[in-house]
Amino acid sequence: MTNTDWPLWEVFVRSRRGLSHTHAGSLHAPDAEFALRNARDLYTRRGEGVSIWVVPSSAITASSPDEKDPFFEPAADKPYRHPTFYEIPEGVKHL
Amino acid sequence: MTTTVSATAALALGDDALVLSHRLGEWAGHAPVLEEEVALANIALDLLGQARVLLSTAGDEDELAYLREERAFRNLQLVEQPNGDFAHTIARQLYFSTYQHLLYAGLAATDGPFADLAAKAVKEVAYHRDHAEQWTLRLGDGTETGHERMQRACTALWRFTGEMFQPVDGLDVDLAGMETAWLESVRAVLHRATLTVPEGPRTGAWSAGAGRQGVHTESFGRMLAEMQHLHRSHPGASW
Repeated sequence: MTNTDWPLWEVFVRSRRGLSHTHAGSLHAPDAEFALRNARDLYTRRGEGVSIWVVPSSAITASSPDEKDPFFEPAADKPYRHPTFYEIPEGVKHL
Repeated sequence: MTTTVSATAALALGDDALVLSHRLGEWAGHAPVLEEEVALANIALDLLGQARVLLSTAGDEDELAYLREERAFRNLQLVEQPNGDFAHTIARQLYFSTYQHLLYAGLAATDGPFADLAAKAVKEVAYHRDHAEQWTLRLGDGTETGHERMQRACTALWRFTGEMFQPVDGLDVDLAGMETAWLESVRAVLHRATLTVPEGPRTGAWSAGAGRQGVHTESFGRMLAEMQHLHRSHPGASW
């Protein structure tokens, strides 16, 4: 196996209707059409999905590990930020 | 299954699938990139699944796959051709998958003995065909090297394509109609890929093809030796 200049793609698979696409992994492909086909071969061969998205990895803007604290450690003493005071109606799935 | 399966037809189609499956499997560990290796292996596994069903209807699948001599195999000469470079593998797949897709679509529409299998397999084969077409377009209409190699492969394998439309005992499909559709489809793909459609008759005294009668090309014996040696050295070996 040799390295190629093929770009990297991120793969998102929707496992069932009604659910959102979730990140499944990444792969190399020469273009979007092939990225979709490779994703089908790598991530949906066992009936895992009903829909696939592929996105060029370069198009993704990610948060930096350096920003971890300001981004992800908000003050924990503000309970009104957490929607824990609602009652979930019966029969609502995937909430 | 509404009518009895013809063993001749089951062997012909089963051997096609088995032999091409083995050829594609030879890419494992050698494909240009990991993603393509998985794609080829998936196609190989689809074909192996078809081969198992078909050979089981003709007899014992292991005996048929591992204990027959070269002259007893009834596959097309096209599918036994060596992998060559990647372009050869893709050209072989384009020619064969287009044929197999038309064949299975035809069989699925009948109420003959292969209708059940064909209805299931036609979806797999549609993907094989698409995969080969996509690659043909990119190799043909890509770099100069890719174009050159793809053209060479398409031309080299052209003479093995006439054999696909020979009548097979027990295979009730419109071969003439299939051949027209095949030519139309392959021509369109090659045109889009900026490749020249190979010239010359595909059937005739000098063109290849007697695989269905058990006559095979030189490299087939070597392939069989590799495919069968484990079973022959350790009869009945299992995982």
